[in-house]
Parts: sequence; structure tokens; C-alpha cells
Amino acid sequence: MIRARLRKTFPARPDSASFSLDLEFQAAAGGTVLFGPSGAGKTLTLDLIAGFLRPDDGRILLDDEILFDGAAGVCLAPQARNCGYVFQNYALFPHMTLRQNLEFAAERRPRLERHRRVNEMLERFRLSDAAGRRPHEVSGGQRQRCSIARALIGAPRLLLFDEPAQGLDAPLRAEFYEVLRQVRTEFKTPMLLVTHDLDECFELGEEMLVVREGRLVQSGPPASILDQPANVDVARLLGVFNLIPAEIRALDPGRNTSKVQMGEYELDGPYFPGHLKGDRVTICTRPELLAARARNGRPGGNQIPAKLERAVEKPQGIRLEFAGGIAVDLGRSEYEQIRDAKEWLIEFPRESLRVL
Amino acid sequence: MQMDWFPLWLSLRVAFLSTAIAFAIGLWLAYILANREFRGKEVLDAAVTLPLVLPPTVLGYYLLVLLAGNSPLGRLWEHVFGSPLVFTWKAAVMAALLHALPLLVKSARAALESVDRSLERAARNLGASEWRLFWRVTLPLARRSIFAAVALAFARSLGDFGVTLMVAGNIPGRTQTLAVAIYDAVEAGNTAVARTLVLIISAVALLILTLANRWSPR
Repeated sequence: MIRARLRKTFPARPDSASFSLDLEFQAAAGGTVLFGPSGAGKTLTLDLIAGFLRPDDGRILLDDEILFDGAAGVCLAPQARNCGYVFQNYALFPHMTLRQNLEFAAERRPRLERHRRVNEMLERFRLSDAAGRRPHEVSGGQRQRCSIARALIGAPRLLLFDEPAQGLDAPLRAEFYEVLRQVRTEFKTPMLLVTHDLDECFELGEEMLVVREGRLVQSGPPASILDQPANVDVARLLGVFNLIPAEIRALDPGRNTSKVQMGEYELDGPYFPGHLKGDRVTICTRPELLAARARNGRPGGNQIPAKLERAVEKPQGIRLEFAGGIAVDLGRSEYEQIRDAKEWLIEFPRESLRVL
Repeated sequence: MQMDWFPLWLSLRVAFLSTAIAFAIGLWLAYILANREFRGKEVLDAAVTLPLVLPPTVLGYYLLVLLAGNSPLGRLWEHVFGSPLVFTWKAAVMAALLHALPLLVKSARAALESVDRSLERAARNLGASEWRLFWRVTLPLARRSIFAAVALAFARSLGDFGVTLMVAGNIPGRTQTLAVAIYDAVEAGNTAVARTLVLIISAVALLILTLANRWSPR
């Protein structure tokens, strides 16, 4: 369990604007993902926890130990923090074999135990055959497993991952997720991961911390954040929503209904707590929850006519892009049935509507 | 032609010693410059580099003032070793050191700074002390550039003329290094000896620089 309150400011430089980080969060057992765009301060957060940089102020508590306390002037050296760090480029020592890399990390243990421990880790991470080779002589997957084994060999109380799957091809990425699941069940070390990939948040995170410009903007399980982003900024960061300006025309908590005006059309939605009639809002819907139909006759309930601009092939199906920036995802067979339509309707299922 | 091989051996001995001393001091200075942040850091770097650009007479003058028998350092030397430093072959080592040190510090600092910072962070993260990090990670990764720098420093120490002349003098059989002997031979019209020594020193320098190139990381 890690609890952190971090403050760090970088003044403006000729080549960079000023940046300030002001974060407070905790991460318990399992996987916690720091999600945000590049430049949000995610890697900086890991570096502050690992002790590579010193926060201006704040407090870092790992289990019961104080790693940093600005007020008390406590700042443990990185060597004393016992946080495993898996670097983006793995940072394996290029002049050492994989075995020597692990031995380096286990050097503080007694000789006999060290030897046993190194062998055990090599075996667990399927590296025994490559143990005598250097990092540049082994495959990407082996390098990756070696860097995780090296981080784990000192029995850290926390594992930090900096964009671990960045730049990996699909098979390696799948293998990596598999290894991490194994680590989670076998070692039970809490993990804090940095990523800007939403899929990865769902793969690896029980908890998700959305960070933007050095501030925490939302936290919670990934599924609930996807279901109800806290505001338009978060929705934009997640990057998977249709965001449409609208106005609330009616709200009825008793019957759990509402009416929202979108352009010249009115849609029925569920009751939106915390909003008032007349509020200008942004409707937030996911493309895969919407439906597209061929238009014949008048639009039905919650259907609006729209002009199709493009149909884009995606691995999962077809994405239809309509005028006004509304996207609808369809399965291939669904699309085949209506692909020749001249005029289109977009259907907004009542329960798919969220307002921000 | 009567060849006296003493200048060659003296020059080699001077170069070996000054390179060894420059290596020890230079590596330490380079480490400080590459890893520590302190006021006057770039001034220190510039001061170390100074011998590369100052005229030999200026350097010789400094050394004389610094090491002469009536200076504090000179007195300390005499007190410890029982004889003065200036106008001995040991002063020639000091002269050569002045040239070897900047080359070593400059290249070693660049070499140490070029080692991937994430590797150093990884080592610290894995519990390695700064000492172990330096000897086991940074130095091995920078060793090719540092070997090359040592070779360059050695070649440079072999060839000093002006400073050596000022602080060690030109005493045949005692302080006369190769470069000084060549000057002497030319002055005395002894062209055969001069030619031989010139060819030898050129060949040795060429060999060393070739090795240095081979060691440099590509």
C-alpha cells in the first residue's frame, strides 16, 4: 500500500514551459494505473516515488515506512526505498549477461541464497536457456521478462512500471500482460503502472488514476470511469466518446426520465442527478452503444437523421462517421445489411446517454 | 652515428608515470564533474582545460613558481623526498602531467556523461551504492572511450617540449627527454640522430593513436 502526496514545480526554461505537479493518491494491492496524456507528469510521479528526484513538498508512505516527508526533511535514497522499477527501455545492463543482471540486483543477499534465488527467478521467468547471453543477444520478450525478474528479485514492496508495453507488437504485448498476471498471482506485489493506452488500463488496472497537467482529475475502477467520466476533459482524454452539446429540457427523478435537446431534436434519457432543467451540457455516448439505421419515413423515438461522411474499416468492425462529429461502431454483418442506404438515422438508446 | 637511447627510455618512463597519475586524478575529477552539481563547476572544468590552450612558457612559469625550492610545495617535496623537484626527471613528469590531465578529464567526463542515465537509475534502484554503480556499471560502459583517452594522454605526454625544458632543463643523461634531445641534435647539426629520433617518436605516436581509434566506440 502506497500513499503519496507529491508537489514538484519546474520553472519555465527556454526550451520548456513551466510545469507543476500536485497529486495525492493511494494505491493498494493489485494493479493501479496512472493514465494520462504525455506530459501529464506520470513518469515524474514514478521518479519521485523511486527517489530519482526529490519532491518540493509532500509525503510518501510505503506500507508503514516514510520514504519522503517534506516537512520533517526525510528523503530516503533510491537504494533504500525497495521499490522495483521496470523502465520503459528495460534498462538492462548491456555489458552483463541476463544472469549477471539478476545477480547484480541480488548482491545484498548472502552468496548461497543469492545463487538459489537467481536460478529460481531465471526458471520462473523462462530465462534459463538465455541466462548466459547479453541483452542484445536475446529476444524482446526475454529482455522484458528479465527486467521484471530483476526488479522482483529483491522482493520489493512495490513495483513501478513506466509505459511497459510502449512500442511492443501485439504478440509481445499479449505475452507481457500474461507475465504480469502471473506476477500478480505469484508475488502479490502491488503495482503502479504508467500508461496512455486505455486498453492497458483495463488489462492491468483494478484502479485507475486519470492525470492531466499534473493534477488528478478522476480515480476509480476503469469500467466505472469509462461508464461515467467526471467531466468533459476526462472524456476527451479517454478518447472514446461522442461529445455533443445539448440542453436539458426536462428532468423527472420519480420516473427516472429526462429530455435533452440536441440541435432541433429531442432525446429521451434517464434521470441525470446533479443537473437542473435548462443546464447546457455535453452528451457523452460511446460509439458502440449507438445504432445506425437506413432511413425510411419519419425518424422514430431517439432517432435523428444524419449525413454519413465516411465508413472506416476497423479491426473490430466498421466505424461510421457522421456530420457533426458523431461516430457509430457497427459489426461487419450489421453494416452489410444497411450499407446501401441513401439516408441515415442515428439511434441513441435511452440508457446509453450520459451528460457531463 | 653514436646513438644515445637514454632520451627514448626517459620519455617512455615519463609518459607512463604521468599517464598513470593523470588517470587517477583525471578519473576522479571527471566523476565529480559528471555527477555532482556545485558552484564553480564549469570554472573547474575550464581551469583543468587551460593547459591545452596556454603557451608552454606560461605553463612552465606556473610550474616553476609552484614547485621551486622556495615555494611551499617545493619545500614540502624536499622535506618528504630529501631533494628538490625542479631540474630532475620527476619535474618532467609534472610537465607531461599538465598536458595529459586535460585530455583525460575532458574525454572521461564526456564518456561518463554519455552512459545512459536510466542504467544508473536502475542500478541505484536495485540497491547499488554509488561506489558499486561507478565500478560495475558506469566505468565498464564508458571504458572504451576512457581507454582511448588514456592512449591519447600517453601520446601527448610523450611529446612535451617547452614545459619540460623550463622545469626539468636539458641535462643529458638526467632530464633530457626525446623532444629535447631532438632539439639538441638539430642545434648541434647532428641530423642523423635527429632524423632517427623524429622517426621513432612519430612511429610510436602513430601506433598509439591507431590503437586509440580502434578502442573508441563506433
